[in-house]
Amino acid sequence: MKKITILLMSLTASLTLSSAAMAAGGGNEVKDKVYINMSDKAALQNGAKLFMNYCLACHSAQYSRYERVAEDLDIPLYQLKDNLMFTTEKPGDLMKTTMPAEDAKEWFGVAPPDLSLVSRVRKPDWIYTYLRAFYQDESTPSGWNNSLFANVAMPHAMYELQGVQRLVKSGVDVHGGDGHGEGIQLAEGQKLVGDAIFELQHPGKMSPAEFDKAIADLTAFLAYLGEPAQLKRKTIGVYTLGFLIILLLLCMMLKKEYWRDVH
Amino acid sequence: MAIHRHDNHKSANAFMQWVDDRFPATKVWNEHLAEYWAAKNFNFWYYFGSLAILVLVIQLLTGIFLTMHYKPDAQLAFASVEYIMRDVPYGWLVRYLHSTGASMFFVVVYLHMFRGVIYGSHREPRELVWLIGCVIFVALMAEAFMGYLLPWGNMSYWGAQVIISLFDVIPYFGPILTEWIRGDFVISDATLNRFFAFHVILLPLILVALVFLHLVALHHVGSNNPDGIDIFENLDENGKPVDGVPFFPHIVIKDLIGVCGFFIVYLGIVFFWPDLGGIFLEKDNFAPANPLQTPPDIVPLWYFTPFYSILRASTETLLMFFAWSSVAIAVLAALFTKVDLKYKIGFIIVGAIAWFVFMNSSGKAWGVILMGSAIVCFFLLPWLDRSPVKSIRYRSWPFKVALALFLVAFFILGYLGMNAPTPVKTVMAQVCTCIYFAFFILMPWFTSIGQTKPEPERVTYDAH
Repeated sequence: MKKITILLMSLTASLTLSSAAMAAGGGNEVKDKVYINMSDKAALQNGAKLFMNYCLACHSAQYSRYERVAEDLDIPLYQLKDNLMFTTEKPGDLMKTTMPAEDAKEWFGVAPPDLSLVSRVRKPDWIYTYLRAFYQDESTPSGWNNSLFANVAMPHAMYELQGVQRLVKSGVDVHGGDGHGEGIQLAEGQKLVGDAIFELQHPGKMSPAEFDKAIADLTAFLAYLGEPAQLKRKTIGVYTLGFLIILLLLCMMLKKEYWRDVH
Repeated sequence: MAIHRHDNHKSANAFMQWVDDRFPATKVWNEHLAEYWAAKNFNFWYYFGSLAILVLVIQLLTGIFLTMHYKPDAQLAFASVEYIMRDVPYGWLVRYLHSTGASMFFVVVYLHMFRGVIYGSHREPRELVWLIGCVIFVALMAEAFMGYLLPWGNMSYWGAQVIISLFDVIPYFGPILTEWIRGDFVISDATLNRFFAFHVILLPLILVALVFLHLVALHHVGSNNPDGIDIFENLDENGKPVDGVPFFPHIVIKDLIGVCGFFIVYLGIVFFWPDLGGIFLEKDNFAPANPLQTPPDIVPLWYFTPFYSILRASTETLLMFFAWSSVAIAVLAALFTKVDLKYKIGFIIVGAIAWFVFMNSSGKAWGVILMGSAIVCFFLLPWLDRSPVKSIRYRSWPFKVALALFLVAFFILGYLGMNAPTPVKTVMAQVCTCIYFAFFILMPWFTSIGQTKPEPERVTYDAH
């Protein structure tokens, strides 16, 4: 019986972990890892600033409210009103774009998707890679293309920050060599994003390192936006589990007392 | 006014006497709790019955609060779930408790069923307890399936689309039936509304009623124990089983340990990993339902995946294997059994008919039949199991080997069902499907061979 219990437990553990890994990874896309720290309020505030300035013109976050974002990220209301609210006057409003969906469809071919939950559908690593993988491509209507999402309708919204990239090579075998892509030889001024090598043609307002940091902040903000409750979820969880462990010990003592006379 | 006092019952005080004269409060309390005798050697596996009731209550309570904010409307449903997650105070907690609770319900019920199998709780005289339990399992699957449509995510939509279209394989009535279930030609607002009605009213009522019947039947025959022996064969001078303890307080207080352990796991998931990496909440379901955009892999939630794998494993190749296996079995039976010639001819004819049926039917239809049979098999367990002993502790080795193989096959099927099929994975699913059914078909044989160990007179119990 013990053997079956052990078999059952090890099967469950291994299958849960491997299928969780499958579900989380998925596809053959090569993505860069992004480290997100939900308690880094400065990074989230910076991400919010970038989001309001560069994303919200076309994309909505229609399930999220300005006021809630300000509250969660410790942004004073006057700063929110003066610097971050471009689509409405009321802090309690939902974050909707002012661009009419019909116009957007005509201009881009598709209406820009809502971004409230993009971090839960696409996962942060994908977003972090995608936003850094735009390059100039004369063959597309917008003049831009993306190495992670080929022929995407979206133009490079942040090129003034990043500058203009040229694709040197895509589909690089990053898993070859030592398995981490560090064996790939990059020439001076080249950069590996996902499985593509880029070269900066015209520098932007930010250095490549600054831009990576900015996109990491924006990704963190989108991760927050996907589930605002996560800021306090884990804190409540720690107290709850602490309480339960104490309760478990008390119940075990109680059981021992009640079962004292059972032989 | 004379009050007819049943069984001359003396109550603890005047108030209880007054109540007991009008309602059998003390009688019910004693029969089902204070003087309901359970074996003292209940182990880890015996936590899951009470935990299943606990999860049912959690689902009912959290469900009521979700219903206060949810909108069963194709235009509003998805946004109302996000409203619960963002704007309703602690709505995210209630929603995660419910979504994680659904998965934990299946975890607990699967372990509860497994306990029944290993300790022979399905055996005489508990066949009806087991059968009612199987009906609860089916009702729970229906409840979970309908609940999964309600968030109106893209996986909700396409999952329901795939499962409902299974009924299309029923000859002649299929298309009419699917249209009737959906209330439309496609999954639509009408489907969402009726699934909401079934999910929040009909099936919860059925589940509660079935759980009640499950307990009535259980308390009529008494609980089994890890040794699979009858504790009522050893009574003390007061007529109480010497190896029994009262359900209240002994088992109830013991179950509190199980409740704490369960809450640590359950709330651990709720607070720290509510989507369990895409297993408890699929990532495609964070996008609203879109009839024009099929997700790359349509997969049900994990608790359906073993059965979904069996459905997908049914290809023409598998049917061909079944066809020739039937012929081989028929020929072997005709050659090697010592029966009349007319029976031998009968075997050959049956084999030939089976060959013809398998060679001339579609893989999809058989997929549905096999998936249904995979669930029906559980209902037959009390009559397939022929072992002279109940508990795995005293069973012969062939049963243990078969059970281990079945478990491995069940887990592999579950894993394969979560992923897109590949040629290799389909073959694996087919092998595991064969093992799955062989476990039930061969059970009368492998439970009756091999040397069983003698059952003890008294339950195995170490007080320390």
